[in-house]
Amino acid sequence: MSHKVIVPIGPYHPLQEEPEFFQLYVEGEKVVDIDIIIGYGHRGIEKLSEGKHFDQVAFLVERICGICSSSHPYAYVLAVEDILGGEANVVPERALYIRTIIDELQRIHSHLLWLGLAGHFIGYNTVWMWAWKYREPVLDMFEMITGNRNNYAMFKVGGVRRDIKDEDIPILEKTLDELVPAVDMFRGAVMDDPVIKARLKGIGILTKEQAIDWCVVGPTARASGVNIDVRRDEPYGVFDRIDWNVIVEKDGDVFAKTIVRILELYESVSIIRQCLDKMPKGEIDADIKEVPPGEGIGRVEAPRGECFHYIKSDGTNRPIRHKIRAPSYMNVASNKVGAVGGTISDATITLAAVDPCYCCTERVAVIRKANNKKIMNGWDLIRLSQEKTNKLKEGLSNARDK
Amino acid sequence: MDNMRDKIKERLKDKILEWQDNSSKRIYFTLDKKDIFETVRFLFKDLGLRFSTASSIDTEKGFEILYHFSFDKAGEFYSVRVLIEDKKHPQIDSITPIFPGAEWIEREIWELLGINFIGHPNLKRLLLAEDWPEGDYPLRNKDEP
Repeated sequence: MSHKVIVPIGPYHPLQEEPEFFQLYVEGEKVVDIDIIIGYGHRGIEKLSEGKHFDQVAFLVERICGICSSSHPYAYVLAVEDILGGEANVVPERALYIRTIIDELQRIHSHLLWLGLAGHFIGYNTVWMWAWKYREPVLDMFEMITGNRNNYAMFKVGGVRRDIKDEDIPILEKTLDELVPAVDMFRGAVMDDPVIKARLKGIGILTKEQAIDWCVVGPTARASGVNIDVRRDEPYGVFDRIDWNVIVEKDGDVFAKTIVRILELYESVSIIRQCLDKMPKGEIDADIKEVPPGEGIGRVEAPRGECFHYIKSDGTNRPIRHKIRAPSYMNVASNKVGAVGGTISDATITLAAVDPCYCCTERVAVIRKANNKKIMNGWDLIRLSQEKTNKLKEGLSNARDK
Repeated sequence: MDNMRDKIKERLKDKILEWQDNSSKRIYFTLDKKDIFETVRFLFKDLGLRFSTASSIDTEKGFEILYHFSFDKAGEFYSVRVLIEDKKHPQIDSITPIFPGAEWIEREIWELLGINFIGHPNLKRLLLAEDWPEGDYPLRNKDEP
């Protein structure tokens, strides 16, 4: 007789910033099905946006996400500038460079944040603390340039709101210089550590065909061998004038996703350095007064993948329709194939590996035969994941001793 | 690289009602809603375009859905426009049976605009709360008679 057990993960979010609710259907240790319930964080922003004028919407969409808080306003201003004739024709040169720098700084801080959380989930709390330690100077750079550690309010239709001061550039360069050895350390730690390899290799595999069918984007797609990156495919900012690489891996497991993100950190550092070298002097804002009627689409490569904004304008000062599609919307849905077939102890890291605005391990009820309930909290679930890592560690060191 | 515009125009020449090049990267074309399933299958399976998302709007003429497809190799973005004129019982064929990546967005449009997707395998609420009243669709224009 099969005992199908439901393990609900959610709907609260003590670890990351958006509530999602995963119901894992398990038989023994094996996850046989998963039901993903979202909507707990639905704030009606698309509808709200219809009541704000074009300048205000940039602030509104910035508040969709605290981690990729420049991707949404960037995609939004690109959509409006699409109606106006394209970013490159509207926005002054210097502003394009500043936009690119902000976009890449954000990627660095977001990837470091994910790396820390991933380390924590599998029981490497040192990785967690060190990754977040090195993320801190990046946030300081944001504070120096924009005045805020998050929600930078840099983007406006036609330009940016703040310039990067000349005296700030050496400080930014020094921070980047100090970041590289830290990324070297993480790369070494992940690639050379046998336990991490054993723990993450072959876990939560998303094949290339599945990645295409589920329309996933960003590092989740690139780890499965789907070679897409909006920065290269439809360059915005100054990505077409800069020398950089798209990182693509083949295996589609959690390990590949980790490698993609770590290697992207190097590319981001290199992109910012080149921008600082090439950035010309000049205006930072085109001072756009009116938006003509029309439709526009803006896309940027957020740290998690393609972020899509669609704007329809009827010539008034506010959009009549604003459609937003965040990258996690596509990536989280693909957990249906990533997590099924694995074990519960792998589910935590698999569900986290798409870097969703993931969350929700607050309250976990393990239900057996409906009347026998056991309530676990999020820490119990993480402990389960960490125990597996420790077993692997012991196994490896025992094998070495023999 | 072969010209994707020509391929689409060639294959769908009987079906395209209107073609609109907003820029070199932004292409919009309009279809009758009965052709949507076959067209999406052609774009997704045969041409290998990536489905980005769909967007919907309540207009005076009816509900308009745009299916956005990305041709990543050339950075081109194709948006397929369909109009559903029957506002009382709006419905259209679901494209989720072609690929699972469309499941969520169709559920979202269904609950926010009340458009029924025929053949959707799992048409249930995605974003709205369980106690949200039946038949109240937040993105519909409320001031119409």
